[in-house]
Amino acid sequence: MSIRHHVSDDLLVSYAAGSLSEGWSLLVATHLALCPRCRSRNRSAEAIGGWMLDCAGAEPVATGSLASVMARITDANPLQSQQRGCAESTPCSHDLPEPLRGYAGGELAELGWRRVGFTAARVEIKTGDPETQVRLLRFPPGMEVPEHGHGGRELTLILFGSLHDGGCVFERGDVADVDETVEHTPKAGPETGCVCLAVTNSPLRFRSLALRLVRPILGI
Amino acid sequence: MAERLVAIGRSGDREAFAALFEYYAPRLKAYLLRAARDPSIADEVMQETMVMVWRKAAQYDPAKASAATWIFTIARNLRIDAFRRGRRPEIDPSDPALVPEMDLPADQAIVRQEAESGLRKAMAALSETEQQLLQLAFYEDLSHSSIAARLGVPLGTVKSRIRMTFAKLRSSLEKSEDEGR
Repeated sequence: MSIRHHVSDDLLVSYAAGSLSEGWSLLVATHLALCPRCRSRNRSAEAIGGWMLDCAGAEPVATGSLASVMARITDANPLQSQQRGCAESTPCSHDLPEPLRGYAGGELAELGWRRVGFTAARVEIKTGDPETQVRLLRFPPGMEVPEHGHGGRELTLILFGSLHDGGCVFERGDVADVDETVEHTPKAGPETGCVCLAVTNSPLRFRSLALRLVRPILGI
Repeated sequence: MAERLVAIGRSGDREAFAALFEYYAPRLKAYLLRAARDPSIADEVMQETMVMVWRKAAQYDPAKASAATWIFTIARNLRIDAFRRGRRPEIDPSDPALVPEMDLPADQAIVRQEAESGLRKAMAALSETEQQLLQLAFYEDLSHSSIAARLGVPLGTVKSRIRMTFAKLRSSLEKSEDEGR
């Protein structure tokens, strides 16, 4: 598996700084679980924070801080280092990596999918982030998502199958990143269909009036 | 500092920890004050961070980060816990569904430390505006839209400046990694 579409630098820098809100962070972290290359980029972004810690000043700490911390570590148990993930040759039993699996509450097949229209389905993912809507979407083979524009930004992380959009093919681990300037008609892979994690900060705007009318029914 | 962290992780070296504390505690406090304003809360989260550094020291891998970077990530996470309601979703390194990276040879540790020092040189060479932008993003806990409002420029400008600045830094990091190989 080779990922071709990665999370953008502005998201990665915000995530590394700790200022990216929970909904977007969930997608970024799930991409990182699938993409060793971006884990390395993420470490480079975190190194900016390390540099600042060294250079951006110091403030005197309260008296007795060292003594109090030394007393606390005497009782503190070290946390053992964790195991590594399974080797690439070993088949993994999970189709969703962490942190997404924990948020979704299980594997793809175990989730409570709700029908959207006739053939698509979705699962709402709850986060504490009021800024974003986070959901899993499932499209059957060849299904076209009606042409739509965006009032904000929409990130889509492919988890299963493929999504075809504007001449690009997105597969497991790939991220499609579109903003309000893009109007598009993505299409699920002709054989596999597509399951993806979609995060938006505003409802999609469908172009045709008829589609706008059905939008509340589709719930997207 | 990396050796001190490794010593703490290997043998619970309290002297190394005291030296680490002396250097990082005031720096952590400065970082935490940007979000806390109240010095006693900044002190509290700083202590929390140092206790966590002690407990997690065995997980520190010098091949992946400098001591400063590793300690920064611990402080960042505790700062989010303390001052923000949302959680910070993170990868689980022990998750079998995590796609693993290739194992790094042992001498990669030295390469990584050198690469980070290359990155630091590149950061020192950034313009004042670029440094200010990174400072706002990393220290003030501002989202890109709040940074845009603070600087009085459009959001798109903030995003593209951050992308450009990070691309510059990343290319210097990758260059020094290649040279170290």
